Amino acid sequence: MRLFDQAQYGFIENRKRAYGFSGVLILVGIAAMIFNVFSIGGWQNYGVDFTGGVLIQVQFHEPATAAQLRAALGGSEAPPITRFGEENEFTIRAPLGDEGIEEVRARYEGQLATTFGTEVFTIVRTESVGPKIGAELERNAALAILFSFALTLVYIATRFELRFGLAAVIATVHDILITLGFLAVFRVEIALPTVAAVLTIVGYSLNDTIVVFDRVRENLNAKGGRRRDPKELVNRSINETLPRTVLTSGTTLAVLGALLAVGGAVIFDFTAVLILGVTVGTYSSIFVASPALLEIQKRFGDGTAGRERRQKRGASATA
Amino acid sequence: MFNSIRSRIIVILTMLGISLGYLYANQIKLGLDLQGGMHLVLEVEDPEGTLTSEARADAIDRAERILRTRIDEFGVAEPTIQKVGADRLIIELPGIGLEDESRAKTVIQQSAFLEFKLVLPVQEFQSNLARIDRQIVAALGVDSLRVLGRDVQGPTSEIENILFGGDAPDSTEIDVEDGEEEAVDLRPMTGLLASGDVEGTYLVATEDVDFLNLLLDLPQVQRAIPRNVALHWDVDLVGLGQRTYSRLYVTEGNAFVTGDMLEDAIAQRDPQFNQAQVAFTFNRAGGRRFSNFTTQHIGDYIAIVLDDEIVSAPVVQDRIGASGVINMGQADMTDAADLALVLRAGALPAPLEIMEERTVGPSLGQDSIDRGQIAGLIGMVAVIAIMVLYYRVAGVLAVFALGVYLVLVMGGLAAFGFTLTLPGMAGLILSVGMAVDANVLIFERVREELKLGRATRTAVDEGFAHALSAIVDANMTTLITAIILFQFGTGPVRGFAVTLSIGIVASFFSALYVTRSFFLIYLSGKKASDPISI
Repeated sequence: MRLFDQAQYGFIENRKRAYGFSGVLILVGIAAMIFNVFSIGGWQNYGVDFTGGVLIQVQFHEPATAAQLRAALGGSEAPPITRFGEENEFTIRAPLGDEGIEEVRARYEGQLATTFGTEVFTIVRTESVGPKIGAELERNAALAILFSFALTLVYIATRFELRFGLAAVIATVHDILITLGFLAVFRVEIALPTVAAVLTIVGYSLNDTIVVFDRVRENLNAKGGRRRDPKELVNRSINETLPRTVLTSGTTLAVLGALLAVGGAVIFDFTAVLILGVTVGTYSSIFVASPALLEIQKRFGDGTAGRERRQKRGASATA
Repeated sequence: MFNSIRSRIIVILTMLGISLGYLYANQIKLGLDLQGGMHLVLEVEDPEGTLTSEARADAIDRAERILRTRIDEFGVAEPTIQKVGADRLIIELPGIGLEDESRAKTVIQQSAFLEFKLVLPVQEFQSNLARIDRQIVAALGVDSLRVLGRDVQGPTSEIENILFGGDAPDSTEIDVEDGEEEAVDLRPMTGLLASGDVEGTYLVATEDVDFLNLLLDLPQVQRAIPRNVALHWDVDLVGLGQRTYSRLYVTEGNAFVTGDMLEDAIAQRDPQFNQAQVAFTFNRAGGRRFSNFTTQHIGDYIAIVLDDEIVSAPVVQDRIGASGVINMGQADMTDAADLALVLRAGALPAPLEIMEERTVGPSLGQDSIDRGQIAGLIGMVAVIAIMVLYYRVAGVLAVFALGVYLVLVMGGLAAFGFTLTLPGMAGLILSVGMAVDANVLIFERVREELKLGRATRTAVDEGFAHALSAIVDANMTTLITAIILFQFGTGPVRGFAVTLSIGIVASFFSALYVTRSFFLIYLSGKKASDPISI
C-alpha cells in the first residue's frame, strides 16, 4: 500500500491561508483567556495542584446527584462539584481560603458524613495541596518550557543551522499557544498531568518538525541544492516526507484514540490534550515551521553567502 | 563484530534475557495512583520564618532518620522517604488507603517529645497571677477586652471554688453598662481559672481554653511567668455537672528526664482496669536520674508531658526505678501501639507541616490499571494492523522489533527500579508511537531508494543510513524535553518523563539494530536483486 506517493501539493503556496487559520485559532484562544480572567478569575481553569486546595473524590453506593451533594456542602456556598466518569461518582474541589488544607478537608468530609451517613459513600481519592506547592508548580512548568526551548534551540542550531532552530521554536510556540487556547476555551482543568501533556506536545511537535527539516537539510546539501529555489525545495521536502508524517501521526493518534476511548476518566483530559497536540504539531510542521524557515531566510539570508554577509546576518539575527 | 547475523541474534537474545531477568527479579513497582496509597510532602513548620536555612536542613535530616524508623515499624511495605531540596521530605506509603490515613499521619507528624516534670502546688503560681492580669490588660487594652466580653473583674484574693456549687464565672462578670471607664482592676486570666480537683491544677471551662491559650501566647505574659514554672493542659477533659472543664497543670519549668533517655516502649493492657497503656524503660542514665528524683519526691505528683500536653500525672508511691507506664485512658490498643512506636523511634526535632497530600484508594488504582491495559491492547492491535497492512513483510519485522522494544522498556523500568504511574503508562503508550516512527522513517526511505532503481540490498542499506540522521535528531530533541520534564517535574510527571526517556533510548536500539537484524535475516535467503515486500 502507498499513501501520498509522488505527492505534489502546494503547501508553501498556501501558507498565507495557513497563517490566517492559525492566527484565528490563536486569537480565539487569547480571547478565551481574557474572558476567563474576568469570569473565573484566572486565564486558565487552574486545578488544586496550582491554586492549592482540596480535591475529594467520592463514590456513592446508591444513586446520588450533584445537586444533592451541592446541597449537603453548603448550597450556593458549595465548592465546584463535577461528575467523574461513572454514575454516582463525583469530585469536589474546595479552595483554601484562609484555612489550612487539613481543616478544609475535615469540614467537607464531616459535612458528607453527617448528610449521607458513612455507609452510603466511599472516598476513593483525596488530594490536598498547600498554596506554596501550587505556586512552585506554576513556576517550574514555565521554567521547564523555557529551558526546553533554549536547549532544543541550541541543539538544532548545532545540528542544522540557527534559522532551523528559530523556525522550530516558532512552530512550537504556535502549538503551545493553540493548545493553551483550547484549554482556555473548554476550561479544561489544569492539573499536574495537563502540564506533562503540554510539555509532551513540545517534544512531539519538535520531533515532527525535525523530520521535515532533516529532509530540507539533505536536499540543500545535495549537489546544486543551494542554487535551487528555496520555496520549491522546502515544498518538495514536505511532500517527500508526507507519507511518513501521515503514517506516524496516524499510528500515534490511533493509540491515543484507544486511550481516550477506554482509558477512563482519570486520564481523559490528559489524552485529549495529547491528541490535540499531535494534530496541531503535525499541522504546524508542514504549515508553520517550514514557511517560518523561508520567512527567516527571506529576511536574514540563507547563511551561505560570503563571510561578510554572514557576519551581518548573524548580528541582525541575534539582535 | 556485532554485524554478522549470528552475533546480532545473540546480542538481541542477550538483551531480551537481561530484561526478562530484571522483570522476573524486580517486578515493576506500581505508582501510588495505580496501586493506591498515600503521598505526603512535609516541611519543617516555621510560620514566623525564624529558623535559618541550616537549622531547617538539619531538622529535616534528623526528621528523615526518625521517620524512617517510625514508618518501618508502622509496617508499610516498601515505603519511600526522600529528601527533596534542602528542607522538604516526600513520603510515599503504598497500600495506606483512606482508612489508615489519619493513623499514618499521626505516626508521621507527632513530635513525640516526652518529658517528666514535677507537679507544683498551685500556690507556687498563684502569686504571679496579679502581675499576669496587669500585663494582659496592658497588652490588649481595656477596650478590646470589653469588646471580647472578657473584661472580667475577678475576686482579688481567692479563686471561686466551683467544686462546691459556686457558679464562678457568672458572679464575677460585671455588666457592661455598670463598668466604669476607669475599671482598672480587671482579672482577664484569673477570672478564667477555677480551683482544681487534683493537686497542682486549675480548671478552665472548655469554651474558654482557646482564649486562655491566646493570652498565654502573648509575649508579655510569657515574660511574666517565672522560668521555673510551666503550665500544661491535661489531654483529658473533666465533666462537672452540666459543664466540661480542662485541667491546667502547674509544673516545674524543666523536665528532670526526657524521652531521649528512653530505651524501649511497648503497648500493653493494664491488667487491673483493662485499659491500654504504654510501658517504658529508661536507659541506665535515665533510670538513675528517675530513681534519684522519685526517692526525693515520694508523695508528690509527676506529670508525664507528651508534646506539651499531660497524658497522666501519677503520685509517687515509692521510689521508681528504670521503668514506668503511661495510662492511655479511653484510647484503644492501636493508639497505645502507635504511641509506643513513636516513643521508641524518638522525638522529631521540629514540628512538620503537611504541604501536600494525595491518597488514592486501591479500587480506583485497579480500575486505572485495567483500563490502561485494555487501551494498551487496543493501541497495540491498531499499530500492528497499520504496520502489517502498509508494509507487509517489513511491517511484520517491525512488529517483532516493537515486541523486543516493549520487553526492553519494561526491563529498563524494572532494572532502574522506577515506578510505573498512570501518566507513565500514557508515556509508555506514546513512546510506542515514537518507536513506530523510527521504523516508518526507515521503511519510507527504503521505498524511495527502491524507486530510484537501487538493488534491494543497497536500497535497504541506504534506507537505514539516510534515515539515521532524522531518527537521531528527532529523538534527541524529545529526549531533551523528557529530561527537562524529569528535572522540573514532581511525582507523576517524573514517572511520565522516565518512561518516555527509557522508551526513546529503547526505540533507538529497536529500530536501528533489531529491525536491521530482522531485515538481514529476511534478506539472507535472497539474491541482491530479488524484490522484497515493503
